[in-house]
Amino acid sequence: MSPFDFEFMRNAYAAAGMVAVTAGVAGYFLVLRGQSFAGHALGHVGFAGAAGALLFGLPPLAGLIVVSTGGGMMMGLLGEGVAERDVGIGLVLAGALALGLLFLGFFTASASQATALLFGNVLGVDAHTLWALLWVSLFTLVVLAFMARPLLFASLQPELAEAHGVRVRLLSVMFLGVIGLVVAGAAQVVGVLLVFSLLVAPAAAAQRATPRVLTAIALSVALALAEGLGGVTLAFYTDWPASFWITALGVAFYGAAFMAKWRAARD
Amino acid sequence: MTQAVELRGVTLGFPGCTVLRDVDLAVQQGEFLGVLGPNGAGKTTLLRALLGLVRPSVGTIEIFGATAQPGRSGIGYLPQTRPGALPTVRGIDLLAASLGGTRWGLPFSSAEAKSEIAWALDQVDATALAQRPLAQLSGGERQRVLIAQALLGRPRLLLLDEPLSNLDPRHQRAVVSLLRDIQQKLSLTVLCIVHDLNVVLPAVDRVLYVGNGHVALGKVDEVVTGPVLSLLYGAPIDVVRSGEYRFAVAA
Repeated sequence: MSPFDFEFMRNAYAAAGMVAVTAGVAGYFLVLRGQSFAGHALGHVGFAGAAGALLFGLPPLAGLIVVSTGGGMMMGLLGEGVAERDVGIGLVLAGALALGLLFLGFFTASASQATALLFGNVLGVDAHTLWALLWVSLFTLVVLAFMARPLLFASLQPELAEAHGVRVRLLSVMFLGVIGLVVAGAAQVVGVLLVFSLLVAPAAAAQRATPRVLTAIALSVALALAEGLGGVTLAFYTDWPASFWITALGVAFYGAAFMAKWRAARD
Repeated sequence: MTQAVELRGVTLGFPGCTVLRDVDLAVQQGEFLGVLGPNGAGKTTLLRALLGLVRPSVGTIEIFGATAQPGRSGIGYLPQTRPGALPTVRGIDLLAASLGGTRWGLPFSSAEAKSEIAWALDQVDATALAQRPLAQLSGGERQRVLIAQALLGRPRLLLLDEPLSNLDPRHQRAVVSLLRDIQQKLSLTVLCIVHDLNVVLPAVDRVLYVGNGHVALGKVDEVVTGPVLSLLYGAPIDVVRSGEYRFAVAA
């Protein structure tokens, strides 16, 4: 019995694959900029959006996309290190999660709907969601390709980039907006609570493994794909949640990169 | 010959903090200037104003005869580096990202950019160092790579913000003599913020003290005196000499 015999599995592979590629690329810059926690918080902001959309009878994915992207751009606009400040981000995160809870309470949602938003439901992705993911992923990759050069400069040396006339604030707004989109996509696979596993774990492991920029981006994508596709496959054979396996693989990859670096430093 | 840097009647600052008050100042081309002053006096703000990142509320700032504005070619800048905030990349990636980092698109380097990077690294003998991750370099080695980066685009003016901080005395001397060498070889004008005057004494032509809203620019013997420093620090200061060295002490 092969996983490819089932349409839900083919859909799951397609969804996990598309999300892994975009999260692998965007995550590299996110980790480089020290904004991992901001990316995590955007998932929670998006959760409030998705729950609010349900309340008003709108598709939750649309609410997720609009609110997490808008929230990201707002964070970029506030600027001056807001996206790196843990207390501010933590409060936004908690507030958004509580707001989402309130909306779900009004909606009298079933527990399974809340669980799907929070922890993902990659094995239940329908064709409509797949198309949405395709467009979101393509758009994300095109924007990232367009801004990659100045973004890399501004991420590595913000003061210097500013002196060279790079519009650092504009880049920050654009980038966190893109991260909002990526988070909305990743939430369809692993849920808003576990976007860290696809967005941050592969990129952080890749940055530990190699100091070369382009190699690290390629490795980040490869690891994210291995996580996403491997997690879906393991879920099929074990009947454990896919989000668990994807996150477990992410933690394992990061742990392996950490150990390898530690051993290299000791020798 | 136009001045490298010229300030006319410049008042500069933020709400509640005046960095410069009605300051006139001219730095000639080919000068090596040590920039000193108390903490928080506005040395970094002055450099940022020369880069056009901070606008004076009154007066004009000209670099080689043109108004200071961000993105001008001809200026190499080395911002203050915070240890621990080093990106996990190689030196050469840092240089490649900064060269042409103002253009949209994918971060690939052209052959022309690669040869420019090779030239800059060669000037400070950092070609091999740039292949290693920045985090693995010693403080002195890292400064060499960052000085190479400031040389990209063949600037005529170098603005260096505390390039000697977090270095031990031996590496401080090495960086100062390297800076002096490239300044002479490439006929650069250099403004270099430092904490300790004595380390840069062998390199500087003149010194610029910033403090209390005022500046004092001149030869070391004219500026580093009790009365001048007392005015700038806003506290009585004596200058004690020991051989070549000078020490400012609270009077």
